[in-house]
Amino acid sequence: MLKLAGLTKRYPTGDLALKGIDLEVPDGQVMALIGPSGAGKSTLIRCVNRLVEPTSGTVFLNETELTALNQGQLRRARRRMGMIFQEYALVERLSVMENVLSGRLGYVSFWRSWFRKYAQSDIDEAFRLLERVGLDHMVDKRADELSGGQRQRVGICRALIQNPELLLVDEPTASLDPKTSRQIMRLIVELCKERGLAAIVNIHDVMLAQMFAQRIVGLQLGEIVYDGPPDGLTPEVLTSIYGEEDWEATIGKVEDEDEGAAEDSGDDDDDHHTPELDRDRLAGLT
Amino acid sequence: MSDAAIAPRRWKKPPFIKRAWLRWTLALGAALYLAVAFGTTDVNWARVWDGLPRGQQFISAFFPPDFVSRWEEIVDGIYESLWMTVTSTVVGIAISIPVGLGAAKNLAPAPVYYFCRGILAVSRSFQEIILAIFFVKLFGFGPFAGFVTLSFATIGFYGKLLAEDIEDMDPSQAEAVRATGAGWFQWLNYGVQPQVMPRMIGLGLYRLDINFRESAVVGIVGGGGIGATLNTAFDRYEFDSAAAILLIIIAIVMAVEYTSGYVRKWVQ
Repeated sequence: MLKLAGLTKRYPTGDLALKGIDLEVPDGQVMALIGPSGAGKSTLIRCVNRLVEPTSGTVFLNETELTALNQGQLRRARRRMGMIFQEYALVERLSVMENVLSGRLGYVSFWRSWFRKYAQSDIDEAFRLLERVGLDHMVDKRADELSGGQRQRVGICRALIQNPELLLVDEPTASLDPKTSRQIMRLIVELCKERGLAAIVNIHDVMLAQMFAQRIVGLQLGEIVYDGPPDGLTPEVLTSIYGEEDWEATIGKVEDEDEGAAEDSGDDDDDHHTPELDRDRLAGLT
Repeated sequence: MSDAAIAPRRWKKPPFIKRAWLRWTLALGAALYLAVAFGTTDVNWARVWDGLPRGQQFISAFFPPDFVSRWEEIVDGIYESLWMTVTSTVVGIAISIPVGLGAAKNLAPAPVYYFCRGILAVSRSFQEIILAIFFVKLFGFGPFAGFVTLSFATIGFYGKLLAEDIEDMDPSQAEAVRATGAGWFQWLNYGVQPQVMPRMIGLGLYRLDINFRESAVVGIVGGGGIGATLNTAFDRYEFDSAAAILLIIIAIVMAVEYTSGYVRKWVQ
């Protein structure tokens, strides 16, 4: 269970990014955080693992008060929080395997990580995860050789090999095509279900959020303006989050779980690996 | 709207210096200074004319290059220079890594940053010759003074470029590694090093190349190496031997140049 209380962040420039956020995310819940650019979504999830230092307020992950930890304790606490990034943030010159294993850095000693001598159990787990997302045939490829969807799946493996209790997901689909976006969101939701993980997913795409999240929180100018189920997103609610606009076309039917039109579009993310196409597709669908 | 159709709106690239009077003063000032500078350059054309045949004699004294009569001194000098080059590059880079890390604004806290930038500034502010004169006075004639000179100069060069490369890295990759709970050195090894490594290998080879060339210069003021041999050859008016030395230097520089180009392509 993640619990934020009175979380406030003021940047040195004077911008008040978060204005006393109170929020609870129970275990196993996938929560989508929506809101316009600059609403403080990225700041909020970065305040949880303190990549951004909150100005005031508290963050509890189960019994641990994250905001009270010193540097060493914080590093140990970060191991329990997997993070998935916009634009993937893989280390491009490292191989797929090294990127996945970098999720174990908090658990292994410096020299072990320096010589890439990870425990066999870590390597087994890495292979298992890569197999789960359909990338076990690409372990020694460099990360910058992969397509967007493949990179994001490596990013997911990196977060999950930490064996986290919480996933912080920052715009996972921002640079992906519609079909790959759905595959990635589905994968995240399924993995959360398998492992009983809580997740905060920052997402721009309201329809995707409705399709995959159990709960939606709308953020506007650093304040929560909506907190409720996906089907509670009426045009009025969206107007209160984003401002005046015609919302009728945006609000998707929540039951719409099949691929729909996106299925037929030929732009699969791994056209250049035709033999592996089916396998990659499976990864998103199973 | 109809006005716009009749008189199209003009657009010109805004000038780099906005204030017109400042722009014109600067341009005029620069032109004036150049005119005066060239006007007062004193060239005695008669002497230039007289010097031409002497210059021709001097040049022709270089031919044919004589590799034989001073061969042993040349070989000793080359060995000394190569030794100086390799050791000073390795030592210089080894020292410049911590200094460069400290001089990267996104890594180091302010006091460390200013301290390391200070080291780099001092190292960069003196040309190798001046450093060599200083270290020759300090350690006496010989290749050790040259080695210290080149190591010191390497710190400034490599440390500054390393620091700047780290400052230009992609912060999101580094942030992702930090988010895993990695320790500081692990973060450096996984988040920073892969991003800067190819360029730093290339620059290391480039510095090796520079250090070899500088080792010839450093020798002239007493820092040992092939430069000392070259200087002796000039002092004895053995221009044919000097020519041989110059050709060998050119050959080695070219060899290093080609190898480093090849290695750089390979690490990318």
